[in-house]
Amino acid sequence: MKYMHEYRQADTIKQLADKIADVTSQPWTIMEVCGGQTNAIVKFGLQQFLPSHIELVHGPGCPVCVTPVDIIDNAIDIAARPNVIFCSFGDMLRVPGSAKDLQSVKAEGGDIRIVYSPMDALKLAQKHPDKEVVFLAIGFETTAPANAMAAYQARAKGINNFSLLTSQFLVPPAIEAMCQSPQSRIQGFLAAGHVCTIMGYESYPQLAEKYGVPIVVTGFEPLDILQGIFLCVQQLEQGRSEVENQYSRVVSQQGNVPAQQMITEVFECQSQSWRGIGHIPHSGLRLRETFRPFDAGQKFGLPDRISSANSTDDTTGCISGEIMQGLKKPCDCIHFAKQCRPESPIGAPMVSSEGACAAYYRYATFNESVAFNKRATAQTSEKTAKRRDQ
Amino acid sequence: MTKNQIEINPECPLPFSANERVTLGHGSGGQLSHQLLTELIYPYFDNPILATGHDSALLSIGNQRLAFTTDSFVVSPLFFPGGDIGKLAIYGTVNDLAMSGAKPLYLSCSLILEEGLPMNTLSTVLASMSHTAEESGIKLVTGDTKVVEKGKGDGIYINTSGIGVVAHDICIAPQQIEKGDLIILSGDIGRHGMAVMAMREGLTFDNPLNSDCAALSDPIQSLLNEGIVIHCLRDLTRGGLATALVELSESAEKTFLVEETAIPVSDAVTGACEMLGLDPCYVANEGRFIAFIPAAQAEAALTLLRNHSVSATSCIIGSVDEGNKSQVVYKTTMGSERLMQRLPGEQLPRIC
Repeated sequence: MKYMHEYRQADTIKQLADKIADVTSQPWTIMEVCGGQTNAIVKFGLQQFLPSHIELVHGPGCPVCVTPVDIIDNAIDIAARPNVIFCSFGDMLRVPGSAKDLQSVKAEGGDIRIVYSPMDALKLAQKHPDKEVVFLAIGFETTAPANAMAAYQARAKGINNFSLLTSQFLVPPAIEAMCQSPQSRIQGFLAAGHVCTIMGYESYPQLAEKYGVPIVVTGFEPLDILQGIFLCVQQLEQGRSEVENQYSRVVSQQGNVPAQQMITEVFECQSQSWRGIGHIPHSGLRLRETFRPFDAGQKFGLPDRISSANSTDDTTGCISGEIMQGLKKPCDCIHFAKQCRPESPIGAPMVSSEGACAAYYRYATFNESVAFNKRATAQTSEKTAKRRDQ
Repeated sequence: MTKNQIEINPECPLPFSANERVTLGHGSGGQLSHQLLTELIYPYFDNPILATGHDSALLSIGNQRLAFTTDSFVVSPLFFPGGDIGKLAIYGTVNDLAMSGAKPLYLSCSLILEEGLPMNTLSTVLASMSHTAEESGIKLVTGDTKVVEKGKGDGIYINTSGIGVVAHDICIAPQQIEKGDLIILSGDIGRHGMAVMAMREGLTFDNPLNSDCAALSDPIQSLLNEGIVIHCLRDLTRGGLATALVELSESAEKTFLVEETAIPVSDAVTGACEMLGLDPCYVANEGRFIAFIPAAQAEAALTLLRNHSVSATSCIIGSVDEGNKSQVVYKTTMGSERLMQRLPGEQLPRIC
């Protein structure tokens, strides 16, 4: 298929892998910010093409993973109410709240619908004027324009039975928070290509300069990611800390200006809690005063704890925060592939297709997963033995 | 123990917590379905025939070996590109029988109809079933009809059960899989799941995407008639190719090596999957199977399979490796390797 196979060919991958090996003289730790990149790295086994002393750590760019427990609890509260049609992206249904998940609410009779766009939810609101239609508007700068557009059109068309339960995050403040963390091991970043498609990358040079880290705007295909790593390692080896754009076929420096204008029209910046990570100043978006009638939290009289430092902690034992700050790997978690599995997740990264834990579980790579492998085999033989005993 | 105490039967433990409910994921054919079966359903009905876990139960009555199976169909929408619920209801059961090497003979059919269903829709589905049954050489010989109140069904639900005769004496089962066997896939994957999904989500493609639903008994019968020693067969339904491979590797306690480059996927399926973030290896099929064949007979088997339109693009996608570790090693187009897992929960709601 055009524009896909070209980025997955064995010989070009091998050439790039050789270039990375040639340029690397010492260990480096690089974070890929976006969960989509994490998924591609694990799915395609890209670590297998890298010298053993280049370590990739997985960033916080998975919206499902960082949505606070309070938002899930508010979503569950609203979705369980009669007369509500609650719309969400599919992944959010299985994210554990403090007591249960949205899928359980659906099984109990809540009218919860999976949609692919907030505009589909808006159409549902027009179709069902006697119901309150709520869309769980989560995501980064990538989903913000469409969510903004839904609120904008709802206001323009007077669709007053529509509202958004928002949990919108901004990436650059999170990168800055990680750079400031004394525990951080990250020496370079692969910035999220799709976020930059919307926002451009004009805000990155000051981060690169201030914290002395190379930032490479990177795409999502195997060849993109390896090229991003190559550019990042090359900078590290040469002692440079600049911003480079690997994903120039999609990303421009200014980004998508009309999309940015739509975001600014509807949303304003606020401080935000990130699940597992904590409070990061100026790292979220909320509806502006003029769009507050479309704020589901306000409409249903629910508490707003995500913009304050008093948000609920994740008490499940999930170490997602440490994983998403590059301090640990999924395999380091005592629950990984034991109590915590995709069908019974303890934490959000085991749910989302962009979550690091789900990717490790689903695509456990042959060489990296010896421990996981042994566990899985032990469990299988245990089950087989049980079956035989019966 | 006092009289008032409830006696708990330790053979039937309730593995799910008391307030847990059935979710759509339990019907996905993946890990949750597996858990529901092995932990809740099997323990209640435990017997050696059920425990084999085949698509069909193999029964010996006198000197005659029979295969017996059942399947229910709740697909929405009722009509989709390349098929409809009626076709699926015949093919699904015929294919389950075919996977034990049986020649399908007789079917039962139960219809659960929702109040308000247009008669015209019902007759279209029945005509499709009748045509498909005739084409598959199977007779529908008994049945039942129930009607549920409006809002309590989804138009039509269909259950079919089938009986077939096993005329050969080879044992086709995961336990027969041997080191060195080659794994044959009967055609490109993911078309049924993506056709249904595209219809549901209003996605359109330059080249229309049709379901692959088809009867698989003829190609299997040709293999058996020509003396191919089939070690194991599995039709790919919910959970897709990956789930079928993982299940068989577990039952067989063998390591499979599978090459991504060898697995045919149409451009339309690849494109739709990329767009929706799905993996074609986990997408449902209704007219594809994998066969484990001794290497010496693999070429002959391929030639025979390619003579049937339903398996005209059959190809070898991998082999059975040495060692008895239950795992499926997947070699990507780029040469890296990873392990395949079962579909954990739900990839698509109710597609077959």
